[in-house]
Amino acid sequence: MAKERRSVESLSDLWRAGAEQAHREVEDDGVEQQRSKQAGRDDEMTIRFVLFVNKQGQTRLAQYYEHLSLDERRALEGEIVRKCLARTDQQCSFVEHRNYKVVYRRYASLFFLVGVDNDENELAILEFIHLFVETMDRHFGNVCELDIMFHLEKVHFMLEEMVMNGCIVETSKQNILAPIQLMEKTS
Amino acid sequence: MDTVEKIVEDFASDIALSPFSSGTSLREMIRAIRACKTAAEERAVVRRECAAIRTAISENEPELRHRNMAKLMFIHMLGYPTHFAQMECLKLIAAAGYPEKRVGYLGLMLLLDERQEVLMLVTNSLKQDLNHTNQFIVGLALCALGNICSAEMARDLSPEVERLVRSREVNTKKKAALCSIRIVRKVPDLAENFMGLAASLLKEKHHGVLISAIQLCTELCKASRDALEYLRKNCIEGLVRILRDVSNSSYAPEYDVSGIVDPFLHIRVLKLLRILGQGDADCSEYMNDILAQVATKTESNKNAGNAILYECVQAIMGIEATSGLRVLAINILGRFLSNRDNNIRYVALNMLMRAIAVDALAVQRHRTTILECVKDADASIRKRALELVYLLVNDTNVKPLTKELIDYLNIADPDFIGDLTVMICSIVEKFSQEKLWYLDQMFKVLSLAGNHVKDDICHALIVVLSNTAEFQGYSVRSLYKALQSYVRVAVWCIGEYGEMLVNNVGMLDREEPIKVTESDAVGAVEFALSRYSADVTTGAMCLVALLKLSSRFPSTSERVKQIVAQNKENVVLELQQRSIEFTSIIQRHQSIRSSLLERMPVLDEASYLVKRATATQTTISADKLAPTVTPGSLKLPNGVAKPTSAPLADLLDLSSDGAPASTVASTTTPNDFLQDLLGIGGVSSSTTGVTSTASTDILMDLLSIGSSPSQNGTPVTDFRHPGQAESKPVPAVPEAIDLFGSLSPAETKPTPVVPQDMDLLDGLSSNTSVSGLENTTHPSITAFQSATLKITFDFKRKPGNPRVTTIHATFTNLTSSTFTDFIFQAAVPKFIQLRLDPASGNTVPANGNGSVTQGLNVTNNQQGQKPLAMRIRMSYKVNGEDRLEQGQVSNFPSGL
Repeated sequence: MAKERRSVESLSDLWRAGAEQAHREVEDDGVEQQRSKQAGRDDEMTIRFVLFVNKQGQTRLAQYYEHLSLDERRALEGEIVRKCLARTDQQCSFVEHRNYKVVYRRYASLFFLVGVDNDENELAILEFIHLFVETMDRHFGNVCELDIMFHLEKVHFMLEEMVMNGCIVETSKQNILAPIQLMEKTS
Repeated sequence: MDTVEKIVEDFASDIALSPFSSGTSLREMIRAIRACKTAAEERAVVRRECAAIRTAISENEPELRHRNMAKLMFIHMLGYPTHFAQMECLKLIAAAGYPEKRVGYLGLMLLLDERQEVLMLVTNSLKQDLNHTNQFIVGLALCALGNICSAEMARDLSPEVERLVRSREVNTKKKAALCSIRIVRKVPDLAENFMGLAASLLKEKHHGVLISAIQLCTELCKASRDALEYLRKNCIEGLVRILRDVSNSSYAPEYDVSGIVDPFLHIRVLKLLRILGQGDADCSEYMNDILAQVATKTESNKNAGNAILYECVQAIMGIEATSGLRVLAINILGRFLSNRDNNIRYVALNMLMRAIAVDALAVQRHRTTILECVKDADASIRKRALELVYLLVNDTNVKPLTKELIDYLNIADPDFIGDLTVMICSIVEKFSQEKLWYLDQMFKVLSLAGNHVKDDICHALIVVLSNTAEFQGYSVRSLYKALQSYVRVAVWCIGEYGEMLVNNVGMLDREEPIKVTESDAVGAVEFALSRYSADVTTGAMCLVALLKLSSRFPSTSERVKQIVAQNKENVVLELQQRSIEFTSIIQRHQSIRSSLLERMPVLDEASYLVKRATATQTTISADKLAPTVTPGSLKLPNGVAKPTSAPLADLLDLSSDGAPASTVASTTTPNDFLQDLLGIGGVSSSTTGVTSTASTDILMDLLSIGSSPSQNGTPVTDFRHPGQAESKPVPAVPEAIDLFGSLSPAETKPTPVVPQDMDLLDGLSSNTSVSGLENTTHPSITAFQSATLKITFDFKRKPGNPRVTTIHATFTNLTSSTFTDFIFQAAVPKFIQLRLDPASGNTVPANGNGSVTQGLNVTNNQQGQKPLAMRIRMSYKVNGEDRLEQGQVSNFPSGL
């Protein structure tokens, strides 16, 4: 009701300003429409987010490939983590949540969660998680939660080499780590 | 060790407190945050850090930028706002060195998004970096662009990216290819620029370049029809070769995943092949051999192999494959389904849902296994399996399947019962061939999981019950037994068909005779009332049932009166009011009671189904799962979404005809529900005055009000006033009180009758009926009409104040697709004041099957001097697309 009233106010401005204004408003709406259409197309990306969470449910890494506000992210992380952490080892590694499919895998005390489209190959994403962990393992040597926390940047760089805009770019550990190692050598 | 760390931390937080210190190191900050015991402590630490970073930013200390950025990333990850650092990212990006740039770009990607203006400022830096000589810096810029670029940036920087795709560096090449995906996604028109480039990339050897190029091709196919055709013509050979090479190649250490070379590349190629082969027989034929090879030769004992097989099956199902290939695919799914690994079973179920469109018979063969999956311990698998079962049901197997599902309802997980119940109900409804079977199944479900049965299902059941006289007796007895399990339907039945319960009318052969006395029946409802009084609707229904019983069984009248009277002081207005009214009916109006409490007229099943179908239709369009489901099954939203308007609102709605009437009744206010409960004759557009929530109106409604002249329902002879039935309806009288005919549509009583009825109403309704007569009316107008939408206005004037006009707007959809999110807005000149009431709904059904109504209160301050004028705007969605219409209304009747 309140919303309605507000739009009525703006419309009475419209009355005063006449048809020209109205015309412009329609154009604005057109732009808005186009934008929302584009937002719709963004939905087609494969990986929507990558999340590391420890057993206590604390986020250790979060990378989103679509825009979510801070509150939305917090809510989403909370819900997903609650759902995934409640599951046993015997249950399958896929959880459907809202319009995401979450593929997760647990390594020791860390959960690696990847949110994907409904159309995505879930088994391949499991393989991707494993590749990511192996890559970190190769770099840090027996990677653990603390490595990820204290080297958040580096983990992000690795992820950046592997995934761009939700698509997988590189699957060779050597190629993924090359720029990071080069960087360390020079500094 | 611990103590040492503690001291360091204390020291760290101490210096962080000082505003002049340069803050803590990243490591110290993380330690401090980890040491926090409570969320409040953590917030305090973060606040301190953020303050320190802010000071650093304002004092412009370049040497701290890098470190602060890293801290901010951590703080951002914890979910705290970090927007104040956006400009810092830009400064870092503008710096010359690679390390600064790297952190800057990372910060940009994490902390910003395309919706923010800061992004405009970064375009220039990006352009410079894309032209940088250092390939790593170019890589950073490409990566950032690929992750966050907006449509404008895409247009600006597309030439640079195109150039970089041709670069000799493989790293640059692959990133540029992926960056192009984002560009094409943002600006689909640019797709043709990249077609040739993408095709040429497929000749590369480097896996990173290949996987990026294949994903670019996939995106191009989605973006443009031309690109799809182009790629079909030029790339199919190259793709088949890539797939053959990668699946035949021997051990490649860098890309090996448990014995298989680069499963990721496999999967991306297969995915693209599926898109290219879809609906194209030539392409499909070309890839038949290689798909068969992948499907037969891939090892299936490891996850990586299964992932490839899964994608391969998807490809085979998607393209125009030969029947032999399809058999192969279905067999792989069968193997998956019997796998012990839950992940594999999950994807098998997922895949079978798609396969059912291609080869339903083959999927039917796995029915038993699928049914087992419904009972799995894993919620994800159960959900998939249940959806699949729904697709599997047909006329021949519905009975055994339903039996299995209902049996399982006994032991199902509490969380799962809701979904399962919804599914069973829709299966039973959709496939019931005989009414008795339907009733039996519904009773079973009600008794096992009554609380999970949705209101609309319940409503449907009541409609069926009301229409099958031969089973009413059977039903009331079955429900009596199950009363504790599902109250509402049972209470309604006992109220309506109570004497059948006591006298064992219409006994079926298979029933055990039960002995129920009149007071047992009353006792049962009384029990329900006391136990479920927290629920207003149930409570209200109980009261009505009791009232009806008091007339069915005169001996219980006294007891009913007492029970009803107990609610006279109920805090819930609704129950209190009913209690008072009903008591007065029992006490003072013995003479008319029996006719007043007649059994309800048979509910109109056909119009109910139409109404419900339109409601379901809108649900479906909102349902994202729908496209994956075969068309025949679209009736059910897979338990995901339910119609938002409460179907209970018209639970006993008698307004069987007239589109406007039904929409008015289906607003979800409790009052409407109650009006419907006892059956209003139907409120047509000109009688909305009645539905205003004044208490008198409710009372009138409770006692069944006749409908307005515009109503044209099945004529029920008005036995009380046969002589007056022919009297000409006066158009100016929108509502008439007809207490005695529970449903008298076509005729309106002239005023002389009203006073006679009014003492019955204890004088409560006098003002309403009188004011109804005083209304001056104006003819309705068509305020707006386009090819798609028609709006009519009906007018009503407040008798005391000629300036105020109540406009009743009715929106009718003239197209064949439903409008959703319908919003009506209106603007008026300054001398007029306008108030909009909430609309009756925001969905306008297609083909004029019903409409949305909305009230407008207009006060014309210069009434008599200036006519009414109004500018209107309607926005709505058709199939998810926004539409907008506007117009001006100047044909208002004069004098308003």
